[in-house]
Amino acid sequence: MTDTVNGPERAVRKSQFHLVTTRLRRKKPVLVCGTLLIIAIICALVPGMFAPHDPYEQSLLLRLKPPSFMDGGREGYFLGTDHLGRDTLSRIIYGARITLLVSLLAVAVSTIAGIAAGVAAGFYGGRIDSVILRLIDMQLAFPVILLVIAVVAVVGPSLTNLIIIMGLSGWPRMARIVRGAVLSVRGLEYVDAARAIGAGSWRIMAYHIMPNILSAIIVYASFELARMILLEATLSFLGLGVQPPTPTWGGMISDGRNYISLAWWVAFFPGLAIGIIILTFNILGDELRDALDPQLNHE
Amino acid sequence: MLRYFIRRLVLTIPVAIGILVISFMLTRLSGDPTDLLLPPDATDSAREAFRRNYGLDQPLLTQFGSFVVNAMRGDFGDSLRFHEPAMSLVMDRMGATLELAVAAMALAILIGIPTGVVAAYKRNTPVDISVRGISLLGQAMPSFYLGILSIIVFSVWLGWFPSSGRGTWWHLVLPAITLSFQLVALIARVTRSCMLDVLGQDYIRTARAKGLGESRVVWLHALRNAFIPVLTVLGLQVGFLLGGVVVIETVFSWPGVGRLAVQAIYARDFPVVQAVVLLFAMIFVFVNLIVDLLYAAIDPRIRYS
Repeated sequence: MTDTVNGPERAVRKSQFHLVTTRLRRKKPVLVCGTLLIIAIICALVPGMFAPHDPYEQSLLLRLKPPSFMDGGREGYFLGTDHLGRDTLSRIIYGARITLLVSLLAVAVSTIAGIAAGVAAGFYGGRIDSVILRLIDMQLAFPVILLVIAVVAVVGPSLTNLIIIMGLSGWPRMARIVRGAVLSVRGLEYVDAARAIGAGSWRIMAYHIMPNILSAIIVYASFELARMILLEATLSFLGLGVQPPTPTWGGMISDGRNYISLAWWVAFFPGLAIGIIILTFNILGDELRDALDPQLNHE
Repeated sequence: MLRYFIRRLVLTIPVAIGILVISFMLTRLSGDPTDLLLPPDATDSAREAFRRNYGLDQPLLTQFGSFVVNAMRGDFGDSLRFHEPAMSLVMDRMGATLELAVAAMALAILIGIPTGVVAAYKRNTPVDISVRGISLLGQAMPSFYLGILSIIVFSVWLGWFPSSGRGTWWHLVLPAITLSFQLVALIARVTRSCMLDVLGQDYIRTARAKGLGESRVVWLHALRNAFIPVLTVLGLQVGFLLGGVVVIETVFSWPGVGRLAVQAIYARDFPVVQAVVLLFAMIFVFVNLIVDLLYAAIDPRIRYS
């Protein structure tokens, strides 16, 4: 029975996946951004392979050296050094690990919490929906940055705390998206059909509703990832992210801020890395949304 | 209209209660708030006296009741750093924050909306492509980074504007532009997309057919109908703006509430933190209430639905 029900579904899903990847592969921005993303992920996974120096190694003789392509630059220090003589490029490469790790896990937390709340609100409706909607409104009333920095200041900026707090800051938006998507499929015939053959609420939610709202979730999660990278960078910039000497992009900008007039490169290059990675996720999110939209003409 | 107003006002009450609960819980997240509200070297007797004075030895519900009553009176206790009432410290700096936020919002509206309209009208031309590119860039740039870049270029290299502080109009230029940059990008993007929808409608064709000038069709007929989603985004972005001032005021040493909040967080001055969080959340709720009422004024269908 399971095979006969899941067989055709799996075949359709596979062909949808094939369609989407084919559409994505045709787009140049996707290829460029995909390549950049793969480079960032590899850097995050094995930073030691690419970093020319130890990111923690200090040298007073090498303080605030400009990039090697500028006058006064030292060979081997392509993006220059910071106020403690540490190699900027190596710290950016190692910083990718923290930024991507914290952001990815925070998105996972917000996605799981958002899906749970959004599916419950959309599927059950009534009082549950009202309560969840009010909770969403309450949390959305707080400026995210202010709430997150206040909570981090109370509970402390450990890696786990950051991931949980940042993740929980994002659940209301995800819940809204999921609720809307659930409402749009809840009344469709296949859900009624599943109910008619005796499927329980959990089964309907897991096997009939979730697969049909997954594309909306994936697209939103890609934008959410960009937002989390921004949030992590902001927290690190304010000194409430992962603590020094661990390199973070936001923390590097914060360090560089004090030497702007002497050494602009210390703050410039980590910011460029943040901008590029956020742009990458935003463009990929846009393209993914277009590729998953059956109403757009993809020819 | 009055019924709509009352209904909307009633819906705000649970949100306001929730905001009070979250603000109250903030200092209790790590357990006993005495650890947060007193310096680490406070003696046991001082802690005991503090608990008694502030009712922290009472049941949680009683404590929440007192918190709500005090919050209604704007009493969040004294700042641990300045030894002045937290709320009066916040209100002293509110003028500077409002100046920055209003300037940023004005820039976002004055630049974002016309840019979005022009981009939609000149769809797929170099103008449109440039606007879309700049919008994408604007949304990818962290505001603090943009602030630092603008300081490097316009203060350090060119010497055109002061890099920090408040005083003259020149001081306002860099922080306001930096704070508004992401907003301009977002509003231009939303306006463009709404205008594209509206420009394809029958009533626009009718307006053109009856001989109205192109600028009248675009700026009066189309923009008015595209305005509701833009207004929604503007209302929601007040939250972004209030969060943004926290960062931008820190970068430019702007003496406003945001900078006070960050300094209070560093100094673990939680009465001030609580006052700022609650005040900002209430401002956000109030602005969105006004936005909702504006919808009803712009579009009569909303009022009667």
